[in-house]
Amino acid sequence: MDPIISFRGVKKAFGPKVVYEDATLDIYPGETLTIIGGSGTGKSVLLKMLIGLLRADAGSIVAFGQDVTKLREEQFLPVRKRVAMLFQSGALFDSLTVAQNIKYPLREHKWGTEAQMDQRVEEVLEMVGMPNAQSLKPAQLSGGMRKRLGLARAIAMAPEVILYDEPTTGLDPINIRRINGMILSLQERLNITSIVVTHDMDTVFTVSNRVAMLYERRIAFAGTTEEIRQSPHSYIQEFIAGGKGALEPDKPEL
Amino acid sequence: MSQLRLLLPEIGRVAILSVQVARAFVRPPIEWRPLIYQIDHAGMRSWSITVLTAIFTGMVMALQFATGLEPYGASMYTGKLVALGIVRELGPVLTALLVGGRVGSGFAAELGSMAVTEQVDAIRALGADPVKKLVAPRVLACIIAIPLLTMLADLIGCFGGMIITTREVGVTPRFFYQQILDTLWVEDLIHGLAKSVFFGYAIGIVGCYVGINTTGGTEGVGQATTRSVVATAVTLLISNFLLTQLFLAIYG
Ligand SMILES: Nc1ncnc2c1ncn2[C@@H]1O[C@H](COP(=O)(O)OP(=O)(O)OP(=O)(O)O)[C@@H](O)[C@H]1O
Ligand SMILES: [Mg+2]
Repeated sequence: MDPIISFRGVKKAFGPKVVYEDATLDIYPGETLTIIGGSGTGKSVLLKMLIGLLRADAGSIVAFGQDVTKLREEQFLPVRKRVAMLFQSGALFDSLTVAQNIKYPLREHKWGTEAQMDQRVEEVLEMVGMPNAQSLKPAQLSGGMRKRLGLARAIAMAPEVILYDEPTTGLDPINIRRINGMILSLQERLNITSIVVTHDMDTVFTVSNRVAMLYERRIAFAGTTEEIRQSPHSYIQEFIAGGKGALEPDKPEL
Repeated sequence: MSQLRLLLPEIGRVAILSVQVARAFVRPPIEWRPLIYQIDHAGMRSWSITVLTAIFTGMVMALQFATGLEPYGASMYTGKLVALGIVRELGPVLTALLVGGRVGSGFAAELGSMAVTEQVDAIRALGADPVKKLVAPRVLACIIAIPLLTMLADLIGCFGGMIITTREVGVTPRFFYQQILDTLWVEDLIHGLAKSVFFGYAIGIVGCYVGINTTGGTEGVGQATTRSVVATAVTLLISNFLLTQLFLAIYG
């Protein structure tokens, strides 16, 4: 099967700070790929390069058979309609209500009549389990609800690919399970391809078909969850263990 | 010198943003609702500060001219000078400086917060254009609101001048009014209003440019706000000088 998205030899630096020397990664249709890696290694940057929010310095990023690194800003529209992003920070429009946040892309792309859009808003809010939150402002929402609203806004236009930037970070176990469940059901019910950036090993092992690990400015490893469990690389093992056992009770600094 | 070298590419980027804004205006549909909101929000809520500035400026000018012209027995001409000074210079410039400081820093803070919380990126990610959504309505609102406020300032400024002139010089309001009508030509009004149209554009574009390019979290928003006040004032003062030279060269 051909990849739906592929990064080839992507380089990216911010001034003197090199984030990627050579990022190469394939994502296949219908799969859920998680990306793990330390803080500041460039996970968010990778997602943003795919939809053109940041520009790669070199290399190619092919999405749906088209090299997006060659596109001008205004040519990104088709890609951005097919690839939705759930931002790490939420990036909710805080001057708008929950319903208006979800309607934003619908309005922009003339999704339908006002009534159809209202119905779509209800539908996606139902999907993320916030049916009565329509008229609230983002500031009135809890962390878990903010993440779910971000997801609702992202799926409103029925994208084919969803990029999740740390969808469960900072949430309680119930919300984590709920978000993981949504990622899984979107894949099952709608055959959506997902790239999930996360630090949470439970999320990794719950939702992934494959896992990619960022290390030293490249994709150091990509494979199934089984492969990653059995990987001989010590940094991978450390990372997996770190996700689970970081808070051992005998640690003196705690 | 090195500061100048940093400034030039910045001016270039403001020019690019201006072109994008212009393109957003000519490419339909123009979104009326955000435009009207911005005119009301940014412009019309500044009328009280405009009135306050204008009336005191008109009064103080009249005081100065009345006493200054007195030794030459020319204090009768106070009205002429007040009217010319206000309509050509102080009306447009003071209005722009005050309203610009208020409105431009508001844009910088608002768009700056949106930029650092990734809301500007989110607009792009959702397939919309931040220039069309955020910048264009604000710039257009300023281009409309600042000349309107300037006309208000001209009117109130002359009124302030009249109060003082009638008291200090002893002319009748009617005389003052007639004097203004005899003094001011359409060119003077155009001169002042043309400047204020440009000032409106400058206020909008500088505030939005600074705001939308904000980085560095909450601290960055604070810095952007301060920077926009200084940048707006400098832009207004320099462009006022250049525009005045231009207009005087055109019709003296
Ligand atoms: N717009 C930007 N301008 C300058 N530097 C940036 C920018 N975006 C990211 N960086 C830098 O690139 C590096 C990678 O950032 P990125 O946000 O992708 O990390 P991350 O892997 O997502 O980390 P985290 O897990 O903390 O979210 C960081 O050092 C960051 O400072
Ligand atoms: Mg990140």
